[in-house]
Amino acid sequence: MSLSTSSNFARPDDAFRAIVEAHRGLTEEQSADFDSALVLILANHIGDIDVLREAITLAKRRMIDGQQQQQQQQ
Amino acid sequence: MAQAKSQFGYRRHPDQDRPVQHPAEHPVVVVGAGPVGLSLAIDLAQRGQRVVLLDDADRIGEGSRAICFSKRSLEYWDRLGVGDRMVAKGVVWSVGRIFHGDSQLYQFNLLPEDGHKRPAFINLQQYYAEAYLVDRIRDLPEVDLRWRNKVTALEQRNDGATLTIETPEGAYRLHAQYVIACDGARSSLRQMVGAEFAGQVFEDQFLIADVKMTAEFPTERWFWFDPPFHAGRSALLHRQPDDVWRIDLQLNRYADPALEKKPENVRPRIARMLGHDKFEFEWISLYKFQCRRMDRFIHGRVIFAGDSAHQVSPFGARGANSGLEDAENLSWKLDRVLRGTSPASLLESYHAERSMAADENIRESTRSTDFMAPNSHQEARLRKAVLSLAKETEFGKRMVNGGRLSVPCSYDSPLSSSDADVWRGGPHPGCSMLDAPIAEQAYLTDAFRNGGTDFTLLSFSNGAAIAAPDGVRDIRIGGANGLADPAGLVAKRYDAEPGTAYLLRPDGYVAARFRHSTREAIAAALSRAQGLTQGLN
Repeated sequence: MSLSTSSNFARPDDAFRAIVEAHRGLTEEQSADFDSALVLILANHIGDIDVLREAITLAKRRMIDGQQQQQQQQ
Repeated sequence: MAQAKSQFGYRRHPDQDRPVQHPAEHPVVVVGAGPVGLSLAIDLAQRGQRVVLLDDADRIGEGSRAICFSKRSLEYWDRLGVGDRMVAKGVVWSVGRIFHGDSQLYQFNLLPEDGHKRPAFINLQQYYAEAYLVDRIRDLPEVDLRWRNKVTALEQRNDGATLTIETPEGAYRLHAQYVIACDGARSSLRQMVGAEFAGQVFEDQFLIADVKMTAEFPTERWFWFDPPFHAGRSALLHRQPDDVWRIDLQLNRYADPALEKKPENVRPRIARMLGHDKFEFEWISLYKFQCRRMDRFIHGRVIFAGDSAHQVSPFGARGANSGLEDAENLSWKLDRVLRGTSPASLLESYHAERSMAADENIRESTRSTDFMAPNSHQEARLRKAVLSLAKETEFGKRMVNGGRLSVPCSYDSPLSSSDADVWRGGPHPGCSMLDAPIAEQAYLTDAFRNGGTDFTLLSFSNGAAIAAPDGVRDIRIGGANGLADPAGLVAKRYDAEPGTAYLLRPDGYVAARFRHSTREAIAAALSRAQGLTQGLN
């Protein structure tokens, strides 16, 4: 199995909203704690180390691209 | 406080009277009489090799040091004739508990099934283990154990190595076909061959105290994250023989070792943990851990085994146990090479297999140490999430890493013949043999040991079993003359059907297995496992 990047939710806005709302009212520190727990729960649910690694690569790439853009703007 | 448990005398050897330019010649010199060097010397002697064993001290080391000896190590010591004594003295355990704060997160059983001769672990002070091994050597005239013989120089030659050895009566030289360096993490032989020892240093410090007391804790491994008596850090408790308890407390990286080691400073820490101060100190030590290995375990005619070749943090009991696995891996190969029945290239498989094991041990113990001492705020946050999820989820419990305890490595080895048949279970080639009962109070590992720990064909009777090739011993399960399988566990653990056969190496690892063995297939697998197959390297 490989990482699915097609849209899997019938109502993607609901999924995004659910995560956003979970962070409402949390401090930065609490939000970070919450995210850490959520990532671990979801990672275990996926239960496939290759898919997890692909997801990590994709997430990291976004971040690196973001840094490069910032550097270019500077 | 700590004292020498056994003292041995230096004795002059006739080798010391040889002229400098004509040193005595020996097939094997083992340097370092710790658990690894002693076990290796016994193993080689049992195979008929003469061994000179050198140690720079004249006594067994102080402090309990390595205390957890694994099932695999006990099975090896059974083959060396010391297993019963170790187990009789040792404290047998298989259950571990992990606590967070003042509540238990979970418990695990490292050997949840019956039908094994040996338990998951025993705890035994290293000085007892060494003393029993030294006693065993007294029965073996092949081993020439020389105390206060310190190697000070090494000269490699094409056909061996020449050692210069310092004694209380001056220096002498020895020539050896092979030198085995079991001289520990600070190995001087490693420096003499000019090898690097690179890896990761952990900044957090750990205080290790052995205390003598009568206590009611059960015989289990207890590990705490953030306990009430040692806030914010980890703690570990192990029971040893003689009412001695091993307590391991994580300190911060800025703690002053000289100050922290003082008994008057350790006492209140331990008293907080125990809730009383009715105990005596046996040993106190302060550590920073390192995980590192040599790039190559073989340097010319010098072969490294144990801590001299690889070092891990202690969480997981992977230090002494992996050193003993080095010894059992090396011994039969070196014996064959010295006899000329296998080419010297067979030794290369020692490096291949044991460096693979070292990598696994370093990976596992690094992960445990990182979990205990997170390197960043986010690592600490992820750990916090795991610990809190562990309270209510099974996956969280399994992610909590308070040490992953030593199990034998499975080798992806040039000596293994890959499976050609379909298997639903059983140890695959490169795995260690599994134990199972063959009678009341008798086990497969007994049969293997009694067979002489040479290459062995373990076959399951179908009435027309293939005879093992010359020089290969037979263990037959079932049939007219075979061993019984009273609980059916031999067949079950080996996924066996009538006609199934396993070719076991002298160290008890599976070299090959067959659903329906043929003479040719066994011969080919044997040749490969003995390093005789062309193009192997």
